[in-house]
Amino acid sequence: MTETIKTDALIIGAGPVGLFAVFELGLLDMKAHLVDILDKVGGQCAELYPEKPIYDIPGIPLITGQGLTEALMEQIKPFGPTFHLGEMVESVEKIGEPLFRVTTDRGKVFEAKVVVIAAGGGSFQPKRPPINGIEPYEGKSVFYAVRRMEQFRDQRLLIVGGGDSALDWTLNLQPLARRVTLVHRRDEFRAAPDSVNKMRALVESGAMDLRLGQVTALEGVNGMLAAAVIKSNDGTSTRVECDAMLPFFGLTMKLGPVASWGVALQGDLIPVDTEKFETNIPGMFAVGDINTYPGKLKLILSGFHEVALMAQKAHRYVYPDKRLVFQYTTSSTSLQKKLGVG
Amino acid sequence: MSHTLQPMPKITYITSDGTVRTVEAEVGATVMETAIKNGVPGIEAECGGACACATCHVYVDEAWREKTGEPSPMEEDMLDFGYDVRPSSRLSCQIKVSDDLDGLVVRVPERQA
Repeated sequence: MTETIKTDALIIGAGPVGLFAVFELGLLDMKAHLVDILDKVGGQCAELYPEKPIYDIPGIPLITGQGLTEALMEQIKPFGPTFHLGEMVESVEKIGEPLFRVTTDRGKVFEAKVVVIAAGGGSFQPKRPPINGIEPYEGKSVFYAVRRMEQFRDQRLLIVGGGDSALDWTLNLQPLARRVTLVHRRDEFRAAPDSVNKMRALVESGAMDLRLGQVTALEGVNGMLAAAVIKSNDGTSTRVECDAMLPFFGLTMKLGPVASWGVALQGDLIPVDTEKFETNIPGMFAVGDINTYPGKLKLILSGFHEVALMAQKAHRYVYPDKRLVFQYTTSSTSLQKKLGVG
Repeated sequence: MSHTLQPMPKITYITSDGTVRTVEAEVGATVMETAIKNGVPGIEAECGGACACATCHVYVDEAWREKTGEPSPMEEDMLDFGYDVRPSSRLSCQIKVSDDLDGLVVRVPERQA
């Protein structure tokens, strides 16, 4: 049995808005734990556009996604947040007034007085490759992640993609598979040059195959793959027999388990009020891109505003007997003490 | 000072069912933005134009390929995720409208990634 982690606030999503929630909660003496499915903080800023400039953060004419993430991490340091990265929140259950039991896919259990959903566009999950009729094979002979390498011993594997995941798994699985065929659209790879060189050496020695083209169709019965059709760039198609296919087409955002937490949804978004940014479940808030309300704009700056108001209401749940006096960081000695500058 | 009013460049989108839509485009906007603004079906632009997905994929008409140019290495990386990628494939968020492109013809693929 794992020990239950007790916290004031459990923040789901460590993107810019989730990170700034730590700051606003922290100013009001609430401690936070954050869970994010990515193995790094920053959310879309870190995953989709780390080097892209952002021009609409108030007071900062230009900052990159990575730069903003780093600045926010610096800003929230005084509040000592705890991060649980590479984990997905699976269930959120209300067990008190309010008190929530939150569990992750790694089996971690939290008890939080408030839950803040800052999940942006949802959780990042492997992207389904654009191959018609792939669904029945998924989980049976088409896999988007490798959990156990042994599963692929002595199999004929088709690995699709040109990034680090595709190349890393090609190199890792080649020694134990019967035959590995790497399929990529072009003879250039996004993966680390060292892995690409190793792969080319294996192809050179005849230990594996490299096919340039795109998988256009799958053949098999009952979800068990027999062959894949590969269309080369000259337009000709060939069949490659295989037992399993591992496509690595990057990540996409999916709403994921949020739908099973009992929170009211409007499409893939969570409706909230604009006073507290609270969902239909008292004590459960939704901030940033994942919420919706009349006039909602999916801007980082809107998310920052939302967490400030959210924290006021969260304080009432976490400290029901304390009166909250509004203070400015510029003048309040008590806030400055919390920030470590007083 | 006199002000010459230049006509806006026109872009033609041919959807996968053969429907032809010609719209006026603002110079400096992207071919993706022009499609979204005019409700051209089949261009999704999930990431909003950050060259971070492959859901604004189009085929540039052969006659226009030289003028639109080749995809950048980053765009090629994203095209790896596209559906039925061909030599004429581009991400429409990476093509900027200019007077030179007046009359540009692009085809929308059967599906996006």
